[in-house]
Amino acid sequence: MREFFAMGGFAAYVWPAYAVFFLVLATDLIMTSRRRRNFIRQFRAILLRQALRRKSS
Amino acid sequence: MNAFKTWFHKLGSPPFFYEFAGYLRPWLWVGTVVFAIAGLIGGLLLAPPDYQQGDAYRIIFIHVPSAWMSLFIYGVMAISGLVALVWRIKLAEIIAMESAPIGAAFTFITLVTGSLWGKPMWGTYWTWDARLTSELVLLFIYLGIIGLYHAFENERQGARAAAFLIIVGVVNLPIVHYSVVWWNTLHQGTTVRIFAPSSISLSMLWPILAMMIATKLYYGVSLLGRARIAVLERERGKDWVRQIVTEGTKNA
Repeated sequence: MREFFAMGGFAAYVWPAYAVFFLVLATDLIMTSRRRRNFIRQFRAILLRQALRRKSS
Repeated sequence: MNAFKTWFHKLGSPPFFYEFAGYLRPWLWVGTVVFAIAGLIGGLLLAPPDYQQGDAYRIIFIHVPSAWMSLFIYGVMAISGLVALVWRIKLAEIIAMESAPIGAAFTFITLVTGSLWGKPMWGTYWTWDARLTSELVLLFIYLGIIGLYHAFENERQGARAAAFLIIVGVVNLPIVHYSVVWWNTLHQGTTVRIFAPSSISLSMLWPILAMMIATKLYYGVSLLGRARIAVLERERGKDWVRQIVTEGTKNA
């Protein structure tokens, strides 16, 4: 196991490379789900405001 | 053939695309995870160390598939950008524009992993040689496309302007690909070939191919997710979007 993590002495290069790969792609997915949440929240607020305005007039 | 044609036509309609993409996406996810796990086990555990590079070469299993994706995604963008310019199909604009950040992500990964591989093998993180420089230019082109798209108030105008930039930037693709042939470079030449025997052992080749499939499928996952929101954002005046938003995040 220790041998595996040591990567034949290249651990300082191999593992950061894999970390960057997964972190960048995870960020891509997180940004997308956040964009979706924001859109739905904002759009709901707009619809609610429209409904209230219609009721008051 | 006719059934496929009508299906393809229907796919151009935003509500149908939204639903279809939402159905397809989980399956692409499953494929991504399966192929990524297989590729990582094969690459990190099963493949033997390289006789020259030791274990440092294991960066290849993410570096090469990412580099392929950086070119592949640009190709997809070029085709959908052309379709968007000629036929003004909204969905083609969305595919082109939503692909750009994913392509930029893979280009960035290619540059960073390559640099981390270069340090122990070449003794430097960076050198201004043809392959590295043209890949860096590719990243700047991606960023330029994203920036130009967002510089317009109107999404459709922005998409059209950015599509022109995509077409112009196509000139960089052969330069990236053939840079190791045309110039003397530190970067090694092609070892994995489609139309000729690859100069790489099978135990190292199959994990690369598994990761190649995994990154392709991941692109599908990410693109469909992005495209679905983009469709909602663009069609926000329509009834079907209103319905989806008020019904809650069901099938989100």
